[in-house]
Amino acid sequence: MVSSTQQKRSVTFFGLAMVAGLVMCLAVPAQALEKQLTVVTSYPKDLTVAFKKAFEKKHPDVKVEMLKKKTTAGVKYIQETASNNSSDLFWASAPDAFEVLKGDGLLQKYQVKATGIPEKIGSYPINDPDGYYKGFAGSGYGIMWNTRYLKAKHLPPPKEWEDLTRAVYFNHVGMSAPSRSGTTHLTVETILQGEGWEKGWQLMKEIGGNLNTVTERSFGVPDGVNSGQFGIGIVIDFFGFSSKASGFPVDFVYPTVTTLVPANIAIVKNAPHPEAAAAFIEFLLSEEGQELLLDPKIMRLPVRPEVYAKAPKGFPNPFTNSSIGSKVKFDVVKSKNRYNLVNSMFDVMITYRLDDLKKATRAVQEAEKALAGKDNKEAAALIAEARALIAAVPIAEAQSMDKNFAAIFKKKRKKATDKVTGRQAEVEQQWDKMIKANYGKAIELANKAKSML
Amino acid sequence: MVRQRSAYLVASFLALFLLVFLVIPVGKVIYVAFQDSSTGALTLVNFVDFFKTSLFQESFVNSLYVASMAVLMASLVSMPLAYFTTRFNFGGSILIQTLGIVPLIMPPFVGAVAMQLLFGSNGSINLLLDQWFGINIPFMEGLNGVILVESIHYFPFILINLSASLNNIDRSMEEAAQNLGSSGLRLFRRIVLPLALPGYLAGASLVFLKAFDDLGTPLLLNVNNMLAPQAYLRISSIGISDPMGYVISVILVIFSLFSLWASMLASRGKDYSGGGKGASGLLKRDMRGWEKAGAYALILFILVLVLSPHIALLLLSFGTIWSYSVLPDGFTTAHYLEVFSTAREYITNTLLYAGLAASFDVAFSVAIAYVVSRTTVIGRKWLDYTATGALAIPGVVLGIGYLRTFNDFNVPFIGKPLAGWWVIIVIALAVRRLPYALRACTAALHQVSRSLEEAAENLGAARVKIVRRIVVPLMAGGIVAGFVTSFATAAVELSATLMLVTSESDAPLSYGIYVFMQSAAGRGPGAALGLIAVVVVAVGSYLAHHFIERNKRLQVTAPGQ
Repeated sequence: MVSSTQQKRSVTFFGLAMVAGLVMCLAVPAQALEKQLTVVTSYPKDLTVAFKKAFEKKHPDVKVEMLKKKTTAGVKYIQETASNNSSDLFWASAPDAFEVLKGDGLLQKYQVKATGIPEKIGSYPINDPDGYYKGFAGSGYGIMWNTRYLKAKHLPPPKEWEDLTRAVYFNHVGMSAPSRSGTTHLTVETILQGEGWEKGWQLMKEIGGNLNTVTERSFGVPDGVNSGQFGIGIVIDFFGFSSKASGFPVDFVYPTVTTLVPANIAIVKNAPHPEAAAAFIEFLLSEEGQELLLDPKIMRLPVRPEVYAKAPKGFPNPFTNSSIGSKVKFDVVKSKNRYNLVNSMFDVMITYRLDDLKKATRAVQEAEKALAGKDNKEAAALIAEARALIAAVPIAEAQSMDKNFAAIFKKKRKKATDKVTGRQAEVEQQWDKMIKANYGKAIELANKAKSML
Repeated sequence: MVRQRSAYLVASFLALFLLVFLVIPVGKVIYVAFQDSSTGALTLVNFVDFFKTSLFQESFVNSLYVASMAVLMASLVSMPLAYFTTRFNFGGSILIQTLGIVPLIMPPFVGAVAMQLLFGSNGSINLLLDQWFGINIPFMEGLNGVILVESIHYFPFILINLSASLNNIDRSMEEAAQNLGSSGLRLFRRIVLPLALPGYLAGASLVFLKAFDDLGTPLLLNVNNMLAPQAYLRISSIGISDPMGYVISVILVIFSLFSLWASMLASRGKDYSGGGKGASGLLKRDMRGWEKAGAYALILFILVLVLSPHIALLLLSFGTIWSYSVLPDGFTTAHYLEVFSTAREYITNTLLYAGLAASFDVAFSVAIAYVVSRTTVIGRKWLDYTATGALAIPGVVLGIGYLRTFNDFNVPFIGKPLAGWWVIIVIALAVRRLPYALRACTAALHQVSRSLEEAAENLGAARVKIVRRIVVPLMAGGIVAGFVTSFATAAVELSATLMLVTSESDAPLSYGIYVFMQSAAGRGPGAALGLIAVVVVAVGSYLAHHFIERNKRLQVTAPGQ
């Protein structure tokens, strides 16, 4: 039995402890940020330097280290250093890189404190629904061209993807490959989803036939257009805007079938400086941070709608202009499931057989030119058959969605019971044989048609 | 011969280094080539697939073709230069020898952009040709573009090594032949050229191997149907872990070693060493008036051709906008101003890393060359093969391998993982450029007569003293060649560096250039930094050349010079 004196003492003691605790909580200063922050990023100097300076100005104690690595190198770096991690943030454009890291369990969930960021930009969700990576800027895809080049060669500026299939643009177009550039992959996937599997691949191959080159990295395309190496390029919008702002004689347009995709940032698992990392993300999403995106050397679309009020004239606004990036309802899950498959198909059919594809396309274009205005049913039929041969794809959409088939192109099986029959090299060799034969036959038929006219 | 124990000790140390810093990291990455991708079991089925795939067959043939043609073109370019500077009293000899290194110093990315601006189908030269004659020459298209760029880029390997061995030929051989009535072209063909063969083969095999394994040139010219870019693209795509990329890497290594073995067969059993006390090179003679004019003209033409990328780089660095025109729209110094503030750290890092790597390479190469040709250690040829195999490994594979192997190993006192310490970049550069120094030193050692060493041994000199006082000074020409090529190429290495850089303050020039070249506005500053890199490395190479040559001259006195 506890005596009343003891009871009083314990209550007093308890009350004093509570008060002391409260006082201590109030007296402890706001949690200080760590002294350093390491960001693995694929962004160019113009962007990283601007954000580094602004962030360090706001938080003078923190030193920001921007580690530049190509997106693929950055992903590999984080994968390989995971057991002894020294990176805080991963900051890159294409969401697919983030999906890879998320799948490997190398990212940390983060709940953003900033408010006022919408759910979607265009028709694409801004943030990862699972909460691992956040979008901070949007980008769309489009067509960029060199005005001097087009003028010298008497070519009209293009407007839509279909325009790029016209015979007049033969050998004047450049693009990267989906396997080498996450942003190019999204462009191709958008076209496949927007136009449908068969028609989408047909469009890609017809554009492919007009290609001057398939560049090794995505920046190779605007670089080529800037130099005048080739006249037209399929690029992400900020490459077009920033090149123009730097003084190059180039211009850019969004086709109607395009998608806006957010550029992302995520905290790496076991980040050594998590508080500073969180502060950086908050800064990125704040009004101050978002305004930095409007700089002509940077030119990304902010995710904060109110920032557009400060944008220069002519700056596209996806929140008020509903035509940008909303025509296609982008299905992220579909894209993810057939990711490697689409990469492989593009490479086998277009990148590695570019010479054959170009020859076939040229033959068909010349036959069509010879046919123009004449009425020769036989020749027209031959030309149509040739076109169909060029456009033929080795697998139907249904097979692309088949998980077991797509798994051939993935490295790891998720479960031991997943059946994988066939090897990637085997499948690619089968496709290659079919494609090469098709292109060859198409050349034959087109030439035959031409000889009749 | 060498006492067994010390030989085995040295050989073991060399083997251990190669094991830890080359074989194991690379093995950790490419073992995937030997695995069945769905079951994980060991298998050779991927290799069977390789040979059955028509794309790979074509790529193999293309790579062979390009490598052979590159050797041919590089020989055509370097032979006149080497011949004129070593055979005649030629005013510009030293200048030519120095300028001969500059093509090797092609900074990544900017070099290719500059060449496209000059030689591309819409580049300066073709724009002029189109204007004047209405023609367009596809210099840079397809395989021809790769051959052109690679010959211009790698011919210094032949020039430097051939010149070194020409300079090392024992004059008494030539005098003996002249006494017997031989002269002019016959003398050159029957006596001089065969004696210079080690140097030529060293250079030619390097050009062949480098062109066969070259990743950068085809990649930047967007030529996909060759082996090396196929391997790289498959390895470096996100998501796809296609074993074929690693299979191709293994095939590259095997084939490279095979070619090396074949070239060794060609020179086996022949003795190139001079019996004189210090070979002092060929007899130099003066040229007649018209000969001089012709020689100068030819050399000028060659130099302009091989330095054109650097001329284009110069224009790009001072240019405002250069787009679809013969020359830039205007000129400015703004780009240089922009890079001067940041360049200093990049420069000091580059000089440190490349200098350390090259010194290390030369020391290592002398050791390996000596063990291989002067000892009877079992399996010593494999030291040579393993070190040379590094040529076939893409830098990105080595980089990933280092991260995988050394990231968990914390360096004592420094408190960082080995993979995060700047020294790992030096090691990567040293390993990647070791083959260059090794070929040069091996060739040089072939020209040193064993009888000289035996004489010294008879007089009581210890092994170490013999190596230090006799062998190394006689190899000096090859050592310089090796140092200079390792240094110049290490200074512009990018692919492994990119994987291994962990902080901007540790970064070398190539990283700085890469960072600039990712945006439209960065092209001018990137070119400025690139040109600074070329100048710094050229000056560094010249000083190294001068330093080593000076030391050699102080030790070896030759009559009649």
